[in-house]
Amino acid sequence: MSDLTNLTLESALTGMASGDFSSEEITRAHIDACMEAADLNAFITTTFEQAMDMAKASDARRAKGEVGKLEGAPLGVKDLFCTEGVKTTAASQILGDFKPPYESTVSANMKADGMVMLGKLNLDEFAMGSSNETSSYGNVVNPWKNGEELVPGGSSGGSAAAVAADICLGATATDTGGSIRQPASFTGTVGIKPTYGRCSRWGIVAFASSLDQAGPIAKTVKDSAILLDSMAGYDPKDSTSLNVDNGDWVNSCGKSIKGLRIGIPKEYTVDGMPTEIQSLWDQGIEWMKDAGAEIVPVSLPHTKYALPAYYIVAPAEASSNLARYDGMRYGARVDGENLNDTYERTRAAGFGPEVQRRIMIGTYVLSAGYYDAYYLRAQKVRTRISEDFKNAWENCDALLTPTCPSAPFAIGRKLNDPITMYLNDIFTVTANLAGLPGISVPAALDQDGLPLGLQIIGKALDEDTVFAAAGALEKAANFTAKPKKWWV
Amino acid sequence: MFTAERVADEKDWMKGETGDWELIIGLEVHAQVSSNAKLFSGAATEYGAEPNTQVSLVDAGMPGMLPVINEFCVEQAVRTGLGLNAQINLFSRFDRKNYFYVDLPQGYQISQFEHPIVGEGEIEIHPEDGDAVKVGIERLHLEQDAGKSVHDLSDDETYVDLNRSGVALMEIVSKPDMRSPEEASAYVDKLRGIVRALGTCDGDMEKGNLRADVNVSVRRPGGELGTRCEIKNVNSLRFIRQAINHEARRQIEIIEAGGTIDQETRLYDSVKNETRSMRSKEDAHDYRYFPDPDLLPLQLEQSFVDNIKATLPELPDARKARFVEEFGIPAYDAGVLTADKVTGDYYETTAKGRDGKIAANWVMGELFGALNKAGIDLADSPVSAENLGGLLDRIADNTISGKIAKTVFEKMFEGGGSADEIIEREGLKQVTDTGAIEAMVQEALDANPAQVEKAKQNPKLLGFFVGQVMKASGGKANPQAVNQILRAKLGL
Repeated sequence: MSDLTNLTLESALTGMASGDFSSEEITRAHIDACMEAADLNAFITTTFEQAMDMAKASDARRAKGEVGKLEGAPLGVKDLFCTEGVKTTAASQILGDFKPPYESTVSANMKADGMVMLGKLNLDEFAMGSSNETSSYGNVVNPWKNGEELVPGGSSGGSAAAVAADICLGATATDTGGSIRQPASFTGTVGIKPTYGRCSRWGIVAFASSLDQAGPIAKTVKDSAILLDSMAGYDPKDSTSLNVDNGDWVNSCGKSIKGLRIGIPKEYTVDGMPTEIQSLWDQGIEWMKDAGAEIVPVSLPHTKYALPAYYIVAPAEASSNLARYDGMRYGARVDGENLNDTYERTRAAGFGPEVQRRIMIGTYVLSAGYYDAYYLRAQKVRTRISEDFKNAWENCDALLTPTCPSAPFAIGRKLNDPITMYLNDIFTVTANLAGLPGISVPAALDQDGLPLGLQIIGKALDEDTVFAAAGALEKAANFTAKPKKWWV
Repeated sequence: MFTAERVADEKDWMKGETGDWELIIGLEVHAQVSSNAKLFSGAATEYGAEPNTQVSLVDAGMPGMLPVINEFCVEQAVRTGLGLNAQINLFSRFDRKNYFYVDLPQGYQISQFEHPIVGEGEIEIHPEDGDAVKVGIERLHLEQDAGKSVHDLSDDETYVDLNRSGVALMEIVSKPDMRSPEEASAYVDKLRGIVRALGTCDGDMEKGNLRADVNVSVRRPGGELGTRCEIKNVNSLRFIRQAINHEARRQIEIIEAGGTIDQETRLYDSVKNETRSMRSKEDAHDYRYFPDPDLLPLQLEQSFVDNIKATLPELPDARKARFVEEFGIPAYDAGVLTADKVTGDYYETTAKGRDGKIAANWVMGELFGALNKAGIDLADSPVSAENLGGLLDRIADNTISGKIAKTVFEKMFEGGGSADEIIEREGLKQVTDTGAIEAMVQEALDANPAQVEKAKQNPKLLGFFVGQVMKASGGKANPQAVNQILRAKLGL
């Protein structure tokens, strides 16, 4: 039955619909695959027993003719989404054995649509990282290998690795500066961060509230559209949730892009970028032309300020969002001499070095005397970046860029060099700062046989165009490579 | 708009060793918004509930929980702003004020720092011992309350009750326009009257639903401003006066001894009647305010504000002026009768269509006296305004005398019921039957022949016979009729 794990979500749903196999069967196959892939360390918590119960319940619903958008599909959930009664860690020790008495809106939507949850996927601690190495539950190993073990990207490294290794049909992820798209690029999977406000943030452990956005990591563009269609939707419990209907995303994936104007931002050519990335980008441009798109050079002049601005805004919000982890009401606590000592010991023990670094940066940039120079200026940059995009949309309908400046790198290589690590987000943070949808599509293998992705950035709420362009890219790239199953 | 130019009346100056001092006072009043739900969560706000029973996931700062603004609280803030004659800001924003404490589950308080919902305004206060004073309002903003730390349940542990966590507060900041403890307490009293009239805060200082942070500094009359100290969380009008007095005295002593005042936050100890240092300016928190990214800026429509304005109830000052005009009562009485909404409503119901002065005398005299004696609030008065009005009607139409009316009132206070019922039941109806009165008059005259002669000489002695007749009738004889008949019989 192991061939059931090679299916896409779309074909699995079709297979169950036509009675070729049950949810129980495909779930069992995925659980077996998950167990074989323990070396990837993709999961923090597995919920196989509940998954089998959910699968049986799904089969029973299907027998009664009740079929949701994700009916019976075994999927993974990034361990940043609170799941009722199931340990939720954010890959941090500070949450201890926290079991939320509530379910995040996004995962609740998916459960209502028939999801079978296999477990909670590993990530960088509090989603802070680009390599999944900051997880306090150990790093995730990229299914793609190049002699040495590689990082899967981050922060949604567990989600990306699990989908790439065919141990989940798809997975939820979140993206604050590139945390969906970069790991998708590193693992040969598709990842979309929708427009800010499409997916409710309610019940997702917050990193940087004004940037955080949930989205799926999937095997194909269409799978990602199916997943997003279930995840997204207005939620009155999130004040920043947008009260708009989903688009016709699943159908948009196959739409022609003839006449679509694709912008190529000149500022996305950066110093030191491998020639392979540049030539892949050039190749992408040719593919879009061949599909009938018109290529338009555009300028986003404030791009170079995006990364610095991001690394002010995100830590600032994080320093405040993470203040609630004080050991008082839930999670881990280390008792001290007095209240302040208890706070200090708890937070020193509970947060890893990268999280501590960002809390300190964030605290610093919000401090009296520094606020104007850092936080306020960063917000101004953010406004400029949004204006850059608005100006670009005068001349084009979507942008094509590389997703990352590099292929996946070896575990440990950048861990002690935060600045180099932060550069991973250089092509992805702009979409977060401006709240725009962005998708990474696997486009080619580099000379070492490692996957590289290309990114489409669209207008706010124009996921339909993003999916159409991504679909065209996927078709042209015809990326069929799979990692060798060395972990089995 | 700060009226630093205004110099206090000489009577308000404080005497020091080296001369006179003037007090400069500004207040930050925290008023709990009257609302059934908290500012950013649906949790209830019932006072006195079991600890930690009015707490939502949001109030407890659980992971991934998000605030959603309670629109009713916004409406209440706007209503209050209008009552303070203040600028309503159609654009306002919520900021996070970051600090760590056990009763602050999120690690930050959601407040409004840069862009408050209400801007500058002005109210007039009437200190008991002086002229009316205008006090400027600097701003009003919405914010969440923190939970409550309970230190006295255990020797070495602190308990936390999160019932208050997230409750909506309005912080109303005055300009430093007050010059004496009496002005400061008159200001808080006026503010309380306004929010009560508006129904935006119950003004209950005992429950802590209205409390003040008091900023005090001293200067030579009309001179350079001094350094101020802030006294936190003072929760009664008397304590406000005492704390200011004590704090001003303390500052004067330091300055006169050659010292300087450190800007600091102090606590008022009402038991010892002193203020104590809580933290100095150097120890002040850096709150790292920044816009709350979980909340969109508050953008109000002018029509929203206009609708609230259109349904604004009459405020104490306007009502007072109207009572003077409409019911012809003295300004002092009108002030007492409009101190709060319940009193104003009671009086108005009693006085409507009747003699306003008599009504005021009855409400402020008999009624307040009886309520005071019994320790009952006006809201729970056993005598309804309608029944008191009915009693006044029976006096006016001579059914009973003023004296009998007091008896009826007592019965009414004891057991309720209308004046008519009580008069009927107790047989207190005035005797107006001239035949019966004439008989009683004749009887009195016959019994006191010597007095009759004297009275004929000196009509002032008529009162003796009136008294006799009234006594004989059990107080029920109509005094006018008795007078008239007496005069006729005595040929006066």
